[in-house]
Amino acid sequence: MINNIYAWLTDGAHWQGYDGIPRRLLEHLAYSLTALLIAALIAIPLGLYIGHTGRGRFLVVNAVGAARAIPSLGLLFLAFFWLGPRLSGDIAFLAPAGLVLVVLAIPPILSGAYAGVEGVDPDARDAAKGMGMRGPQVLRHVEFPCALPLIMSGIRSGMLQVIATATIAAVLGLGGLGRFLIDGLASQDFPQTASGALLVALLALSIDMVLALVQRSVVSRGLTGRYGTVRTFDPDGGATPPTPALQHSD
Amino acid sequence: MTWLQDHLGDVLGLTVRHIYLAGVPLILGLLIALPLGWLARRYRGLYPILIIGTSLLYTIPSLALFIMLPFLLGTQILDPTNVIVAMTIYTVALLVRTVADGLGAVPDAVNQSATAMGYKRGRRFVSVELPLAVPVISAGLRVAAVSNVSIVSVAALIGVQQLGSLFTDGFSRAFVEPIIVGVVACVLLALLFDGVILGATVLATPWLRAGKASG
Repeated sequence: MINNIYAWLTDGAHWQGYDGIPRRLLEHLAYSLTALLIAALIAIPLGLYIGHTGRGRFLVVNAVGAARAIPSLGLLFLAFFWLGPRLSGDIAFLAPAGLVLVVLAIPPILSGAYAGVEGVDPDARDAAKGMGMRGPQVLRHVEFPCALPLIMSGIRSGMLQVIATATIAAVLGLGGLGRFLIDGLASQDFPQTASGALLVALLALSIDMVLALVQRSVVSRGLTGRYGTVRTFDPDGGATPPTPALQHSD
Repeated sequence: MTWLQDHLGDVLGLTVRHIYLAGVPLILGLLIALPLGWLARRYRGLYPILIIGTSLLYTIPSLALFIMLPFLLGTQILDPTNVIVAMTIYTVALLVRTVADGLGAVPDAVNQSATAMGYKRGRRFVSVELPLAVPVISAGLRVAAVSNVSIVSVAALIGVQQLGSLFTDGFSRAFVEPIIVGVVACVLLALLFDGVILGATVLATPWLRAGKASG
């Protein structure tokens, strides 16, 4: 069985042309990234606003729960019948699939952003206010950077779900790696289906690793405790990581 | 809504099957995740392996799992066992971390008190650690329940009958009403599962209420 999957994946014919693996992979990536970007543009500002002001917390908790309960397949078909006739060309198929993926990605990003800001150490917030920062400045310079780890973990879990679910776009006749699943099912071609599943899992893992690197580079080292090769004028030559200078120097 | 009145019996039948396909894996998944979560807690070296391993399972698209399981298990493609196994895998994937973190959140002092009172490891786990971890585990179980209800509907694409069949029927006949009824029924079912777990949690954690009543 593994041999069949290996044979399917290494068959040169499956790596070229209109329905080859590279093209399907790129389509899948394009659907997923577009949906994630739209979801992030909606969910991050909303989550930051709610976490910062404390307004609408009830809305987040309930909307996130309700959005999880909506079956993606049902929403896909509903969106298709609702949007399809109003649009033309490929957009008539792309918009419903995109809507489903955006709805799927918003809850984890929104709750990450909201929980991240809400969980910021009150002392840090107080210190920022004490230094004369106004609300938006506190949000931008203190709360947002401190919330980044949770925002990124929301984005990563949203991305995993979106990549796995983007396979159902193939049900509407769109491309992406879901084609291998649907076509494999239709033609009882098990190696094709299994290869498709394997490719989706590999794609999900690779993207998650890329996002982990992004997270590593955007999250302040003050939060993660990784100081690396920062040079300081410590008497011990930087052998100990610099601590936040809170004590009086006398 | 005349469509719903005419097909109420069918919809109820599909709902019962949906409850079975989404509910049984929740119980099986919890039973499997409890020992795995305990292991991850007990042996620190196992924690990353178990957590990463089980979250990898979650990246397998449900549609792919539904199609592949008949080949792996030797079952017929329409056999509901495939869906039960697939959903159990997803439930375990979500719950192992929750169980491990829930057990980890039990205060050390409580464990030491229990040991000092003569509790052996097994009994301490069942009567002290597990009950105290219930709120955390139940939060994870609620997420798993709601997403199970949603994922099961994808099984309609391989022909296993449940509420998702209303989606595929409606789609192939270009008829919106069954799809709307199916979506609403799924959401209501998710709320029902959520409510049942919430109720069971309240019953299982009487000490949380006792604190509130006296305060």
